[in-house]
Amino acid sequence: MENNNKVAGNEVFSLSNMSVHYGESLAVDGVNLPIYENEITAMIGPSGCGKSTVLRSLNRMNDLIPGAKVGGQVLYHGQDMYGPEVDPVQVRKLIGMVFQKPNPFPKSIYDNVAFGPQTLGMKGDMDEIVEGALKKAALWDDVKDRLKDNAFGMSGGQQQRLCIARAIAVKPDVILMDEPCSALDPISTFKIEDLMMELKKDYTIVIVTHNMQQAARVADRTAFFTVDTERGEGSRVGQLVEFDETSKIFSNPADSRTLDYVTGKFG
Amino acid sequence: MSSSIQGARSGSTANSLRAPSFRLGERIVIGLLFGAAAISVGVTIAIVISLFAPLPGFFEYVNPWDFLTGTLWAPSFADASFGVLPLVAGTLQVVFYAMLVGIPLGLGAAIYLSEYAGNGVRKIVKPILEVLEGLPTVATGLFAVFWLKPWIQESTPFLEWTSPFSIGVAGLTVGIITIPLIASVSDDAMRAVPMALREGAYALGATKMRVALKVVLPAAISGIVASFVLGASRAIGETMVVLLVAGGGSPQLKIGFTEPAGAMTAFIASRATGEIATGTIDYYSIFAVGALLFLMTLIMNMIAIRFVNKFREVYD
Repeated sequence: MENNNKVAGNEVFSLSNMSVHYGESLAVDGVNLPIYENEITAMIGPSGCGKSTVLRSLNRMNDLIPGAKVGGQVLYHGQDMYGPEVDPVQVRKLIGMVFQKPNPFPKSIYDNVAFGPQTLGMKGDMDEIVEGALKKAALWDDVKDRLKDNAFGMSGGQQQRLCIARAIAVKPDVILMDEPCSALDPISTFKIEDLMMELKKDYTIVIVTHNMQQAARVADRTAFFTVDTERGEGSRVGQLVEFDETSKIFSNPADSRTLDYVTGKFG
Repeated sequence: MSSSIQGARSGSTANSLRAPSFRLGERIVIGLLFGAAAISVGVTIAIVISLFAPLPGFFEYVNPWDFLTGTLWAPSFADASFGVLPLVAGTLQVVFYAMLVGIPLGLGAAIYLSEYAGNGVRKIVKPILEVLEGLPTVATGLFAVFWLKPWIQESTPFLEWTSPFSIGVAGLTVGIITIPLIASVSDDAMRAVPMALREGAYALGATKMRVALKVVLPAAISGIVASFVLGASRAIGETMVVLLVAGGGSPQLKIGFTEPAGAMTAFIASRATGEIATGTIDYYSIFAVGALLFLMTLIMNMIAIRFVNKFREVYD
């Protein structure tokens, strides 16, 4: 853990008083959160606290869920991400995503990585683009002799690194990761964490995780979410409790609820 | 209950593990259900036997090779000829024109229903497709004879419309009948593709069209191909429309959109009346054509089942 205060870079995202509704029900409310360039920002908290919901609103993935509605403001490099002029397809070109369960396409390893660049009509030699992305994802040596094999034949950890390679092949600005290691064994998890430390030089990374140790190991800053208990019976509305440097969140949090969570008293 | 397992309280039946009664009702119900299943299997076997049993009689008169490769089908001529190819050609033409209509419209409807339609639209369109599937084909045939054929004839004056019958119009009509089947099986196959795959593609900046065509369609391809095969096999078996719209046909092998032509099913339906004398070559010929038809649809359905199973393996 670092003791000296981190110097915050540019704000990639700025969330102010942000909320998400699914139909009539409020899922998360009143989120104020900056996310800085070339850092890893972790979102932690118990189930149902809205952390995945917030993550999925950062590349408009929630648009795919009927009835989902984002309120407040989400700025991306100063632009309103939910403004009327914004094209969600364009948003997702710049802000990639890695999911909880590895979801490679039922295609070859090569075609999985090439799918994004082909979609965007990227110029340049496709073999080089694929090789570059696989090298960055630390997967090249594992798969260079079987690029034409179906991706379903890989181990879970390799599939997840393939999904990361697929995401970085389109050269995004941000990579969102929704519990990327929850379906993986410890060794694969460490490989992915190493990879994230490497990737933050070039990308801004936001990761949702259930694993507090993981947040402590990789994240520069951590946001702690929980379910707001003061809203009365039956409601499960998520809220952001505290956002700070990771070392502060885990050693000396400002809010007692954060302390209870990170010391394992609840959640 | 004398020999029941004795519990701690000796002599009481409170801890007995035996059934308290014979459960006669349940046994009767099981018997009836088994009977229902057994009858459907038994009837299928009986149909197959009745189709194939008369074949030796037929092949006493006709060389099997001449039957399969002959190009003149004239069972009731004085100089009878039993080359089945004109009928097979009629059937294959029906399948060809049917798939020309059924595949693009059925698959198009499936892509729309699975990937684009909102729940409201789905709730309206799906039942309509199902009604179309359940429409008696004789009604569809009448529609084709009195409305579709005159309309196609008027809009294509450059074709030679010499006959009141047309194998092409018959095929297109059968194609309309196969649309709901192809659409519904393909729709199921595409909806079975996990949402996670679609999300993976959207997260790379793919448009809805690209997700549908480059991710969902290839992932569901075996189910989609199976729907085509099932549609084709439905077209092979269609009788009424072909009889009404394509006519009885000529004994010669003819290929062309505006030609009248017999198909295997239509031949059987027009010949297998009560007047036919059992044991005659006429009688045997019906079963020879029927057995060949059975084999063709059986093979196609087996291909379809293989595709569907392969498709299930991927995501289970």
